[in-house]
Amino acid sequence: MVGLVLVSHSAEIAEGTATLVRQMAGEVEVAPVGGDSDGSLGTDPEGIQAAIEGMQADEVLVFVDIGSAVLSAETVVEMLTPELRERVRIVDTPFVEGAFAAGVLAQAGADAAECESAALESRTESKLHGET
Amino acid sequence: MDSTQATISIIKEMAAAMEEHRRSLTRLDSEIGDGDHGTNMHRGFQAALERLENTDPASPSDALKAVSMALIGKVGGAAGPLYGTAFLRASSALAGKEDVSAEDVADALEEALAGVKQRGKAEAGDKTMVDAMSPASEAAKEAAGSGSNVGAVFRAAADAAAEGAEATVPLTARRGRASYMGERAAGHKDPGAASTYLLLDAAARTLESSSGGS
Ligand SMILES: Nc1ncnc2c1ncn2[C@@H]1O[C@H](COP(=O)(O)OP(=O)(O)O)[C@@H](O)[C@H]1O
Ligand SMILES: [Mg+2]
Repeated sequence: MVGLVLVSHSAEIAEGTATLVRQMAGEVEVAPVGGDSDGSLGTDPEGIQAAIEGMQADEVLVFVDIGSAVLSAETVVEMLTPELRERVRIVDTPFVEGAFAAGVLAQAGADAAECESAALESRTESKLHGET
Repeated sequence: MDSTQATISIIKEMAAAMEEHRRSLTRLDSEIGDGDHGTNMHRGFQAALERLENTDPASPSDALKAVSMALIGKVGGAAGPLYGTAFLRASSALAGKEDVSAEDVADALEEALAGVKQRGKAEAGDKTMVDAMSPASEAAKEAAGSGSNVGAVFRAAADAAAEGAEATVPLTARRGRASYMGERAAGHKDPGAASTYLLLDAAARTLESSSGGS
């Protein structure tokens, strides 16, 4: 099964997004990592690394919000053991929408590539479908 | 003073500079960011000092590696992975060297710059720390090429970084938080470029005060 790591500047955003995903994907492993090592707004690479290394899932997708979340996740993934790194991908999508789309498919048993491509659709999918 | 001792002295001076300029860096960051750059850098360099104490590095490369890990772990903002990558690349460039020459310093700065550009995908002119690091690396190479000693190479790099940081004032940002501000970021100096100058200046001052480096 695919697991998700959710990296946000804010603990509340990470937790809240995890709750939103779990509602549709109760069996999917979701690990929120929010805030810096002091619990303030920011990112905590050691926390990100611990979350990734602690995942039971065979494949792990990492979702990131802005700026240092992206840079920290990339730095951490680069430092993982080669075996683990092969099973981990950072997904280039909006944080909430991407994680939600991937979670739903993961729950349905899709592999990481399918989950990722569903998540990527959230970059362009219209919300109002052309109506204003 | 051997190169390992010199490296450790430089790192201590950098930490002192981040402490001294914590407020001014944070003030710059509150104009075009989230007002934490000074706090972030100070926290990171305090962690670096702690790590140096605990690991007792045997080479310049080891000392830089310790700084890298501390910055990546503890800064909390974009500057953490960026400067962390810079120090890591510098550490790799100096691997296996007991004595660090002027050319080695120029090479290490060039590698550090390459690491930051790769990590942050910024180019010169994007209003980031790259705007200070890039001219610094150029100046270091030129100084080393014309026979300057290590201290003078850092001085040339620091002077170029100061100019580079100043030149970020009129720019609009294409990377980092300030990029969300569009035109409104113009008129303010980039905090990361300012801290790059302070770090290089700390290195130069350390060597100038210890008989001009070697
Ligand atoms: N993608 C990037 N490439 C290069 N430098 C960057 C990038 N993003 C941010 N920076 C630098 O980091 C500085 C901000 O650092 P800091 O305040 O610690 O991080 P944050 O923006 O996450 O709060 C900026 O002034 C800029 O110089
Ligand atoms: Mg900031």
